[in-house]
Amino acid sequence: MNKEEIVEKINGFLVDEFEVDGDEIQPEANLKDTLGLDSLDYVDLVVSIESNFGVKLVEVDFVGVASFQSFYDLIENKLNVKA
Amino acid sequence: MSKRVVITGMGIYSCIGTSLDEVRDSLYNGKSGITIDPERKEFGFRSALTGMVPKPELKNLLSRRQRISLGEETEYAYMATIEALKNANIDDAFFDTNEVGIMYGNDSVSKAIIEATDIIRDKKDTALIGSGAIFKSMNSTVTMNLSTIFKLRGINLTISAACASGSHSIGLAYFLIKSGFQEMIICGGAQEINKYAMSSFDGLGVFSPREGDPAKASRPFDAGRDGLIPSGGGATLILESYESAIKRGATILAEVAGYGFSSNGGHISTPNVEGPSIAMQRALDEANVKASDVDYINAHATSTPVGDSNEAKAIFEVFGQSNPYVSSTKSMTGHECWMAGASEVIYSILMMQNDFIAPNINLENPDEDAAKLNLVKATLNKKIDIFLSNSFGFGGTNSALVVKKYKKEDE
Repeated sequence: MNKEEIVEKINGFLVDEFEVDGDEIQPEANLKDTLGLDSLDYVDLVVSIESNFGVKLVEVDFVGVASFQSFYDLIENKLNVKA
Repeated sequence: MSKRVVITGMGIYSCIGTSLDEVRDSLYNGKSGITIDPERKEFGFRSALTGMVPKPELKNLLSRRQRISLGEETEYAYMATIEALKNANIDDAFFDTNEVGIMYGNDSVSKAIIEATDIIRDKKDTALIGSGAIFKSMNSTVTMNLSTIFKLRGINLTISAACASGSHSIGLAYFLIKSGFQEMIICGGAQEINKYAMSSFDGLGVFSPREGDPAKASRPFDAGRDGLIPSGGGATLILESYESAIKRGATILAEVAGYGFSSNGGHISTPNVEGPSIAMQRALDEANVKASDVDYINAHATSTPVGDSNEAKAIFEVFGQSNPYVSSTKSMTGHECWMAGASEVIYSILMMQNDFIAPNINLENPDEDAAKLNLVKATLNKKIDIFLSNSFGFGGTNSALVVKKYKKEDE
């Protein structure tokens, strides 16, 4: 799976899971604010990542993740480690 | 200080209708809501008979965060509650300036627990259950969620009393309002319908196996009855003090006049005669009415051989001389379990409002005990001024409610 495919897949389930307009998801936009995430929502984000990519994120993985781009990078790195 | 307690709103989501109007028509026409769930046979059920309600479409009504915490029973309770609040002419802004409580009957969350446990078994990681599971997996899920959705600030309590849960919720709310602790309480009962919720009940062999003719399977008081039919949904009533109702110009639908309770002190599943008799007599005494004042009894009768017989004996013991009309609406709805005590008060108020008594359908040959009662086999066009509603549950918990037509001259 290349970078573009990862981004497309992530955006697809974020729109579906968190019911946001796809246009609002931009690489430099803030992940938390755009998706309206509270502490409970991060639990569901972890579930979505696992079910879509087979990768389990933990709380510490989100340290430093502010923008969508940093979130994409996190998933890409996890997938590379997994591979 | 003792306040009058009135009902100013009702909402219903049941297998005989998902609105008050639809349910009123079903009751009048003696329409059965019983069907077959083929999945149950494959799952290992002895009987696939059940009441069934449509899955509510909540996407345009609630946010994602609100929806993912709702189990099946709370979805039904929510649908019933928004109808009840509309019926009571209460909007969201009312809760900003008034302390409103919630006391709702619920006694299982089987599907939520099993689905969450299945994920853990599969993934070996509790972090993958999702954030909504805990709020769906607790018995207080209905009150937990509805109090959050409607931003309620009064008493917040789930009543778990088996098949009398909904009835006790009304009775206990009545006591709280009567004694001046609360002005308004949202009451009711909810019941999940899925196969997980009913499998262990089916395992007792108490469900009717009459799958060839679902509409004829639930036959309370009939000599040919062979078991109950599980069912479910949600039923909500708005109880408030008379002063509160008058102050806000609400339409008063009925008055809760009395509540009686008791415990059999006996077998865990087999009911007796004494316990229900005590509950009914207490409800009459509390309402300060005589047995002969009661026009109609909505029986608990579920269509089980022992339960119906013992209730018939208890009714005859308390009401024998006056012989009020009796019917079990479970003949149409099946047994709505935790919801039944609330839904059956709504069914009876609909009859009271529309001057009829709904039939005990499928009653062809009353058994020896039932034959002593004034059972209603076909719809009767009769006025009801006072009715009594019975609800009994496992563990021998009994609840009886006396409800009166609201009359201005009582003021």
